[in-house]
Amino acid sequence: MSTPFSVLQQSLPYLLQGVWVTLVVVLGSLSLGLLVGLPLAVGQVYGPRPLKRIIGLYVWFFRGIPLLVLLFLFYFGLFPFLHLDFSAFTVAIIVLGSISSAYQSQILRGAILSIPEGQMKAARAIGMSDAQAIVHIILPQALRLAIPGWSNEYSVLLKDSAVTYALGVAELMARAHHVASRTYQHLVLYLCAGFIFMILTFLGTRALNALHRKVKLKGYS
Amino acid sequence: MIRLERVTKIYPGSAFPAVDSVSLEVAEGQICMLIGSSGCGKTTIMRMINRLTSITSGTIHIGDQNVMDMDPIQLRRQIGYVIQQIGLFPHMTVYDNIATVPKLLWWDKKRIAERVDELLDLVNLDPDTYRFRYPRELSGGQAQRVGVARAMAADPPVMLMDEPFGAIDPINREVLQEEFLRIQARLRKTIVFVTHDIDEAIKMGDKIALLDAGRLIQFGSPEELLTKPKNQFVKDFVGADRTLKRLNLLRVKHAMLRNPVHCLEEDPSEKVAEKMIEQDMSYLLVTDRQGRLKGYVNLYDLRGHKGTVGDVVRPLSLTVKPDTNLKDALSKMLSYDLGIVVAVDDAGRLQGFLNTRTLFSVVGESYDERGGHWGRITADGRIL
Ligand SMILES: Nc1ncnc2c1ncn2[C@@H]1O[C@H](COP(=O)(O)OP(=O)(O)OP(=O)(O)O)[C@@H](O)[C@H]1O
Ligand SMILES: [Mg+2]
Repeated sequence: MSTPFSVLQQSLPYLLQGVWVTLVVVLGSLSLGLLVGLPLAVGQVYGPRPLKRIIGLYVWFFRGIPLLVLLFLFYFGLFPFLHLDFSAFTVAIIVLGSISSAYQSQILRGAILSIPEGQMKAARAIGMSDAQAIVHIILPQALRLAIPGWSNEYSVLLKDSAVTYALGVAELMARAHHVASRTYQHLVLYLCAGFIFMILTFLGTRALNALHRKVKLKGYS
Repeated sequence: MIRLERVTKIYPGSAFPAVDSVSLEVAEGQICMLIGSSGCGKTTIMRMINRLTSITSGTIHIGDQNVMDMDPIQLRRQIGYVIQQIGLFPHMTVYDNIATVPKLLWWDKKRIAERVDELLDLVNLDPDTYRFRYPRELSGGQAQRVGVARAMAADPPVMLMDEPFGAIDPINREVLQEEFLRIQARLRKTIVFVTHDIDEAIKMGDKIALLDAGRLIQFGSPEELLTKPKNQFVKDFVGADRTLKRLNLLRVKHAMLRNPVHCLEEDPSEKVAEKMIEQDMSYLLVTDRQGRLKGYVNLYDLRGHKGTVGDVVRPLSLTVKPDTNLKDALSKMLSYDLGIVVAVDDAGRLQGFLNTRTLFSVVGESYDERGGHWGRITADGRIL
């Protein structure tokens, strides 16, 4: 008869491999979210009205539908319909990334709007084009302001990533579930998975805080 | 040269023009002060000149070019604009702030570095101390200076300055004004300068444009505004003390008596004393052979003295430059309670002197250029 402890000991390397998968999914979707969210934010603040409308719809769509529904919709519905043969892992990153881009665009939009109006005026007054002003003056300041928001976004994504087990992505939660259903040591395995999630949240938040301190502007309180 | 012809601005959705058919011309190398109460359209005029705001009607020329025919971004790079809120970029060092425009113009690194140092020197900030500071690490006055340096980075012939000294205490403001005039004397930019402060306008402007509710009420030299205010509004604006304000405009050289009586330091004391008694003088200015002011002597010290005047000369700290304005000269005069100030040039050579009477006659409307007068020192030590 296997004790909870020996099960844990034997399955730990297997679980930890899942940590890598989880991290790749989270960091991948966080980056994808930034890559897409940044232009969305800029478009929503500075773009023409129709563009603002479209971006608004995009944000509304990805924020309004539950994650599990989106995962199934894309994995079983949309991509097969388009004859796109994506793995569960890829779809997980695409879906989480798209949702995150909607949220990140709003974080960034808030950050851009909180930059004093005088900054844009000053940049234009000295002869910068709007694009130059956004790239050199507005975004460097806004991105710094957005770091606390990202910190939050990271922990949300980390927790959401557990849901992708429903597609069969071999991340931490999926592996814990797999071992638990074979050994019946549900309590210790899910506790362990939860604990690892907590540590990852803690470490990630710490890393982002360190980044925040590092790029913080001298003289700002 | 900047020329506005019947320039009008009506903001969309607004019933009244923010700027109403304003015409004015700023000659090459001159400073035009825009003054008027809050909301009278000063910033709007500036923003139309570099096309940050569209012009509803009328034309604006810079040199012989209509600004509407120029590419707005190219136009703005030829115009240094110090905006009302300074607007330094907080995420950039002083260096990068000033270098923004040169970088846009693709200057090479070495040239940029030299230019930044040159500009920091120009606005009186030590490059080694301030180069790598962030805007939050500067005082308000230092930030203003950096703002001015940034606007001047690419050496634009035209400058628009929207209350550049607005947020500064009176003492530092005066220092900045002096520095600014010193810089302007050398660089001779064509400048439109917004202020709320009539004294600043009088002190700095070659021309003053007084605005009210978008309309140009009077446009002329400070002298004209003070002596020939067009209507009651202008009178009220320049204030009841406008006669005193003229002191700001006039310089010691306009009022001083030239070639005052003096003696040389190697003159024998006995001879000088004799002359002074003869002429009923009790004090006399002393110079060396090159005409440099050494001080003054009084009759009491000379009586019975066997040597030369140089042995008994007393230093005279109360000197001004011919270019000092009369307000400063008067306040010096009052604070030393001597009734005179002596003007010397940069080399310390005696140029002339001022007493209360010359001052009073000058601020009265009956002012005329005077010179060639001889001073007389009375028995009570006053110089007439
Ligand atoms: N973007 C704008 N849209 C609509 N109205 C504006 C706009 N900018 C300025 N105004 C209006 O135009 C008028 C003139 O404004 P402007 O900023 O030129 O005043 P100002 O003389 O610079 O005032 P201050 O001394 O307070 O800086 C004001 O009544 C103001 O409310
Ligand atoms: Mg203004």
